[in-house]
Amino acid sequence: MYRYDDFDADYLRARNAEFRDQVARRIDGRLSEDEFKPLRLQNGLYLQLHAYMLRVAIPYGTLSSDQMRVLAEVAERWDRGYGHFTTRQNIQFNWVRLADTPDILDRLAEAGMHAIQTSGNCIRNVTADHFAGAAADEIEDPRPVAELIRQWSTSHPEFLFLPRKFKIAVSGTPADRAVTMAHDIGLRALRGPGGEVGYTVILGGGMGRTPMLGKVVREFVPKPDLLPYLEAILAVYNLHGRRDNKYKARIKILVHETGLEALKGEIEAEFARRKRLFDGPEVVPSAEELARIAAHFAPPVLPVRAEVSAIEARAREVDPAFALWAEVNTHPHRAPGHAIVTVSLKAPGEAPGDATSDQMRALADLADRHSLGELRISHLQNVVLPHVARDDLPALHAALVRHGLATANAGLITDIIACPGLDYCALATARSIPIAQDIARRFAAPEKARAIGAFEIKISGCINACGHHHVGHVGILGLEKAGIESYQITLGGDPGPDAAVGERTGPGLAAKEVGPAMERLVAAYLAHRAGHDERFVDTYRRVGPEPFRSAIYAREAA
Amino acid sequence: MARTHPRIISANDLLIGDVVYLTAAGGWTRDLAAAAVARDDAAAQALLAQAEAQPHLAVGPYLADVALDGPAPRPLHYREVFRTRGPSNRPDLGRQAEGL
Ligand code: SF4
Repeated sequence: MYRYDDFDADYLRARNAEFRDQVARRIDGRLSEDEFKPLRLQNGLYLQLHAYMLRVAIPYGTLSSDQMRVLAEVAERWDRGYGHFTTRQNIQFNWVRLADTPDILDRLAEAGMHAIQTSGNCIRNVTADHFAGAAADEIEDPRPVAELIRQWSTSHPEFLFLPRKFKIAVSGTPADRAVTMAHDIGLRALRGPGGEVGYTVILGGGMGRTPMLGKVVREFVPKPDLLPYLEAILAVYNLHGRRDNKYKARIKILVHETGLEALKGEIEAEFARRKRLFDGPEVVPSAEELARIAAHFAPPVLPVRAEVSAIEARAREVDPAFALWAEVNTHPHRAPGHAIVTVSLKAPGEAPGDATSDQMRALADLADRHSLGELRISHLQNVVLPHVARDDLPALHAALVRHGLATANAGLITDIIACPGLDYCALATARSIPIAQDIARRFAAPEKARAIGAFEIKISGCINACGHHHVGHVGILGLEKAGIESYQITLGGDPGPDAAVGERTGPGLAAKEVGPAMERLVAAYLAHRAGHDERFVDTYRRVGPEPFRSAIYAREAA
Repeated sequence: MARTHPRIISANDLLIGDVVYLTAAGGWTRDLAAAAVARDDAAAQALLAQAEAQPHLAVGPYLADVALDGPAPRPLHYREVFRTRGPSNRPDLGRQAEGL
């Protein structure tokens, strides 16, 4: 894991001292709200419906057990004993007080955490595959590249006031668990002709009110060229991005309006200029610096184990609940006899992504015991223990059961993404959480969800689409219609390598109609699918929208 | 079309961030029943100006439509109704938990 050096620590200390002074000046009236707002936002502090909210970055989703304990402590000392993990690998504390935030930021800084790049028109917290460094299907661990981007982008003076926010996601595998097609820039690792690893650069994806999938702007960028290439893209965007209209200011609109080829010409020309700067008298970053960063992510030394665990096999035989969980919530690890474990924060009836301080501490302890002290936060709002011996799975499962964290639903219909919506968010037009809770309760029986198979429902409480509804197999968007909450359904979205934006089905549904509509939709899917392995989204692609649209709008038989 | 609904001023407390309402005396309250009510545009603008003159106490004041059919002004828009309560999935948190 990456550890901050003295430079990082000094920088955070200085920045927090500056913010402490700004908060004091806001409280004693020397700063107006207009002056203070951009400053607090640059430090992750939002004002929401009921309270201030502090958004803390978890760069590329990687967290140590000690850091998780500090998050638990923050939730307990300064908040209401819980936090909310977001789709951008951040955590949000929903009830902080203004005067406490400098103390919170100081406490976080002691653990190498901060709220920088969680707001504003800058390059935001870099996200990555939550299985990075552990997955069997990985070409390389994307985190050294993500960390390099973090260091390069943090307070980069040229890119602090971009036309709009800018999001970069990095995937080390063609399986793409980082939704690279729906980011301003998505990077996907691949091997070049000589076997060297480079990255495909995908440009101009995004969700929000104008969802677009990214386009490949360069098939292969060798790693040493990555920063100058990214810098070239940002420079071109900085120059041409639509600052006159906030709704057209994201780079996806620039790509759309200018055309990829024209923009590509400019990017390549700028790249040639930037590359000369990076390769000046000293090459930046130097090979030593790259090696230093990479060393922090060196693959862990795991004991050699048999591929199949007899302990796990025995537990599966005697404990059906464990068997189901081990089946659903583990993913192949690259080391034999190990597994990547998804700890679901989606127990039916709970708010997706919420974890209590006790749960965070339990997860930290379990990470120490079973996963080399490492945890991940996924954009799916779950926690991941990346390096677990399969022999340990029964013990881990038993401990998770005690903390209400053993829900066996990773990737299933109850593993719903939901943004905070109108229960917290000042921008929301409708609630998301109760819709997720209602749907999850309807499919709560684990065997039922398992029988339905891979099924991704994603819910946003407004057009900003933080809940990724555009790429949900089923997307649900909460809007206001004639003074009530109304939910627009989209079908056929896909966040993966075959990314797709979902298609609108028809008129919005009232809140209480959404759950029953989902039950009818699932029944229609089960009736039409070719077999258990055909996911809903594949059936949708094969048979088209009609049977599903009819199912959604079929009223209860009169 | 002329506005027909009475209005109150809703904002967030500077220090805590919770929901507060402007009172007739020009102070801030957490009690809807004590919120000042504007019955016409002129009164509404006067209240808003009064609220905006106190940026050291409350942030982001705005006018919210209410009905006057009970002991306290009743916000009409659901967003404002949720603000009087707290997260609907957490009855233990927010104004609803304080028994107000
Ligand atoms: S999608 Fe809208 S409601 Fe949901 S968190 Fe984002 S801004 Fe808030």
